[in-house]
Amino acid sequence: MHENDLKLLEETFKKYYFDHFDLIHVPPRSAEREFGYQKFNSGMIRHLTIKNDKELHLMLMNNVPSDVYCSNAYYSFPNLPMEEKDWKEANLIFDIDAKDLNLDCRNDHICKKCRSCQEVFVNLSECPNCQSKKLDQRSLTCKNCIHAVKQEVKKLFSILIDDLGIEQNNIQVFFSGNEGFHIYALNTQYEKLGSRERADLVDYLMLRGTIPETFGFKKFKSERSSFPDFDEKGWKGRVAEYLFGSKSKRSKLITKILADGYSSFQKQLEDVKEAVGIKIDPNVTIDIHRIFRLPGSLNSKSGLTKQKCENVDTFDPFSDACFIDDKPTEVLANCPSSFELKNKKFGPFKNEKVLIPKFAAIYMICKGLATSTW
Amino acid sequence: MITLGQDELAKYPFLADAGQYLKDKGFTLEQFGSDPDLKLIVDKAVHRIEVAADGKIYKSDIVDAHAAKDASLPREVFSFLLAVVLLKLSGMNTLIKRFALAEARRAEKYLEKDLVNISERDDLAIEILRDLFYMNVKKHDENFVIPASDYLKHAVSFHEREWKLVNRRVERGLVFLTPHETVRLVRKELGNYINSKIHNATIPTMSDAFKEPVKRLNSIAKKFPTTIVSSTEYPPCIKHAIEVLEKEENLSHSGRFMLGTFLLGRGQSVEQIAPLFKNAPDYNEKVTLYQLNHLAGSSGSRTEYVCPSCEKLKRQDLCYIIPECDGIINPIQFGKKKTINA
Repeated sequence: MHENDLKLLEETFKKYYFDHFDLIHVPPRSAEREFGYQKFNSGMIRHLTIKNDKELHLMLMNNVPSDVYCSNAYYSFPNLPMEEKDWKEANLIFDIDAKDLNLDCRNDHICKKCRSCQEVFVNLSECPNCQSKKLDQRSLTCKNCIHAVKQEVKKLFSILIDDLGIEQNNIQVFFSGNEGFHIYALNTQYEKLGSRERADLVDYLMLRGTIPETFGFKKFKSERSSFPDFDEKGWKGRVAEYLFGSKSKRSKLITKILADGYSSFQKQLEDVKEAVGIKIDPNVTIDIHRIFRLPGSLNSKSGLTKQKCENVDTFDPFSDACFIDDKPTEVLANCPSSFELKNKKFGPFKNEKVLIPKFAAIYMICKGLATSTW
Repeated sequence: MITLGQDELAKYPFLADAGQYLKDKGFTLEQFGSDPDLKLIVDKAVHRIEVAADGKIYKSDIVDAHAAKDASLPREVFSFLLAVVLLKLSGMNTLIKRFALAEARRAEKYLEKDLVNISERDDLAIEILRDLFYMNVKKHDENFVIPASDYLKHAVSFHEREWKLVNRRVERGLVFLTPHETVRLVRKELGNYINSKIHNATIPTMSDAFKEPVKRLNSIAKKFPTTIVSSTEYPPCIKHAIEVLEKEENLSHSGRFMLGTFLLGRGQSVEQIAPLFKNAPDYNEKVTLYQLNHLAGSSGSRTEYVCPSCEKLKRQDLCYIIPECDGIINPIQFGKKKTINA
């Protein structure tokens, strides 16, 4: 990263933290958690303990991190090396990210930067300038992406409550600060589960590893009555709804499923998984030693804040998580796709000097699509 | 603390405190060696082990939880306790394992029956599941429900897909199970529990009367051979990962981890492995060597990382299963046919 960009980012992040201590707090039982942070142009520093807000704010001011993390796990000795920490339990966490949803819109707003000649472009699989295939990708998330992620969050929310018995008031949703949402389930029966158990829980949510028998198709002597119905709870009801569409079609479609055979139904369940399984990032939920972005901190991939959503439907990350000020800032922008922040549209910019509000300048610098002209 | 009556002890003899039981009944171990009447129980104990070694379940004299004769209940317990004594004296792990498994299967049958006939007055089966295996079971109509977290803790060790949570009825944090499934869930732990009970038992002194039966057990144990067949062929997941790199395509972080740990596990050196990654779009020799050394445990935390399990690779979409993968749970086992019973 260029020196000028680094200086601007550090100054901006420091100002944000100084101005917004009210947004950034240590989570409950913070003395039992591991903290970590990254500085711009530097590696990860972890295995830290931060006991209260005061210590946290001091760390932010002293180090001006690009990203701040905190474990979902509780340890006896969070500041010791991993094998000596003595893991106690961990909150259940989920990450739903637009990049995992295979949305068509992404072709239009994933900016690709050639590693060889630095050319920036969209919609092509190789560099139009030097034909290199070694490309970095930077996504400028759009409203459609956020809308799709929100739908997944809502699906997850209802399964956590209806199937896994998690109390609604124990579920918290946060915008990740970039392209997705982080969901926390606190004080649940699942806190003590290890990675393998969480992996099975993940498969449940993603509808992975189903067998035809679960949905009524036995290898031998299958009966029509054992196929799922709409009013059944859990995945059976949801799969019935997807497979049959309406109650009137159920009988006819069961006949077809039986005629097509067991293996065909098994393949069909793969499609069902793609369509109705929750698109969480499995690694996040399975990892019980992860340090996860701290709520209220800035995401260095965008300059936006990891912000709690009280109402997922009305939450607009492009305004509600954008806290950097609007001081006019000049940057050299090379951003082939447009984006919207605080209800203002910016770009596209073709290698041009532009004077824009600081939040938009920081957003592009974080994406590697602009540099400061200081 | 579970309190047990005589018929319950006959069903679940592993719950008895061996020394205390003999004392309560007024016997010493030595008597079993010298008293001709008690010798029959030693024979019964040997039979009990033989049946287990054959992979079968020992049929006891208990009929529908009641003794055919008054004397048969203590005999059931004695024969189990003596079997443990003989196994300890023989020191044959293979027999201990088989015996523990067979006894677990036997107890499983009784647990299932007890679960079906559960009443407010008699909930021993629920007590056993809770106190021994930390599984909170509640009756729900004809079925049983257990908290999903308890279910997951027990079911993860099963490889059959039907045990995955996604193939279960799950509502409001509870998993619905039949009595058979409920008990099946703790089979392995029941086996482990019995196994550890035997391992933790003190080795008794060898008496003349036990010499012959112990000799017999030793000859039974020798029947189980050890064979290892190896091949150097790579499993399909590893082949696929190498192909991806050869095609200059990007291999995910988890794919690289799998490949690195697999090859290290097969005895290759970091220097031998590193060139494989040369075609990766983001190849950097220094970083690759650093990461491989880290995996090998020669730098960083000194932890030697091992190849992830097939189950984990499936989840990471790195599994390309073929029939030859049958029976393995980690790619490192591919091509090694193993039958170890000793």
